[in-house]
Amino acid sequence: MHEFALADAVVKAAVRAAREAGIDRVEAVVVRVGELQQIATDLFEFSLTQVLPPSDPLLEGARFVVEREAVVFRCRVCGREFGTGDLGEAPGADEAEAVHFIPELAHAFVRCPGCGSPDFDILAGRGVTLERIEGRGGDLPGSP
Amino acid sequence: MDPRAAAIEDRLAGVRRIVAVGGSKGGIGKSVVAAALSLAWADGGRRVGLFDLDFTSPTGHVILGAGTRFPSEEFGIDPHVVAGVAMMSVAFFSGEAPAPLRGGEATNALLELLAITRWGNLDVLVVDLPPGLGDTTLDVVRFLPGTGFMLLGTASIVVLESVRRALRLLGEVGVPIVGVVENMRRDGGDLVEGLARSAGVPFLGSVPYDAGLESALGNPGRLRRTGFFDAVRRLAGRLDG
Repeated sequence: MHEFALADAVVKAAVRAAREAGIDRVEAVVVRVGELQQIATDLFEFSLTQVLPPSDPLLEGARFVVEREAVVFRCRVCGREFGTGDLGEAPGADEAEAVHFIPELAHAFVRCPGCGSPDFDILAGRGVTLERIEGRGGDLPGSP
Repeated sequence: MDPRAAAIEDRLAGVRRIVAVGGSKGGIGKSVVAAALSLAWADGGRRVGLFDLDFTSPTGHVILGAGTRFPSEEFGIDPHVVAGVAMMSVAFFSGEAPAPLRGGEATNALLELLAITRWGNLDVLVVDLPPGLGDTTLDVVRFLPGTGFMLLGTASIVVLESVRRALRLLGEVGVPIVGVVENMRRDGGDLVEGLARSAGVPFLGSVPYDAGLESALGNPGRLRRTGFFDAVRRLAGRLDG
């Protein structure tokens, strides 16, 4: 599990984005968490709210909103779109752990249920994205 | 917004120098030289990291005999320390499974590892580049500013053609080039040195072809006893200067 490291990255990015946007006080940080990375959201949220924010006064009192996003793959060979529910057998513990750390390693363990190809795109639900921050003194819309 | 970019600077804050070992063509010994260079520096008392960026064909762990066990993790992931070298590779996660990644996915894997790897304090981080001038080379230029590139060449017009292109590109984007090294030298001639001279970059010397090298791979002790390693040790000394 590396939820703390991911939360640390979110906090640093939020502080940087707030400064760039001229926000004096962040009121909300909205984070999108992709299903593929299998983040333990309770641990992730605990890291965001209890461990990290006091490190920067910009984030004092800020709410952290964690939104989950389902994973969508699209096969480059047959064009089929599929999700984790279409994969049949669940990945083994080592495989799940590898994808947890590096989601791209889905290409080592996931195959298109339509044609068996490892050549697919991850359209959605990959990992952690800072969707947007809200606060006083400015606003920063999330990047797609 | 991708939060990983914000974390990378902190993760590398304790790294004093980054040297990328590249050379465009495959099979010219980049990974073996990168691993041996790391080992030579570590033997000399330097704090050294080795980052294998060949995500689709990682081999640094094979060269140093590191195995493929998962790294330990606490507030980030810790590189394996092998023969004094702190090492990170995608193979520690994928094991022996092939991971066919397209360019953008290799970029994502690089960012992920940069954002979570705890390199700590290093005198030098050696980056082992995959062949070509594709995404990973461009990502190193973009995300690891200040990285010095050391390019390998052999006395082959095919290899030299690609090294020439690499030197031109890196020069255009203003990347520091620490020099060119001739690898697998078998006989006389100064094709590689001549290329370096014509490009106006330092020629760092030659590493001889060593028929005994193959049997030493996977064992740092045996690797240290090869003629190849003697030459790499001298190369490490010149790079210190």
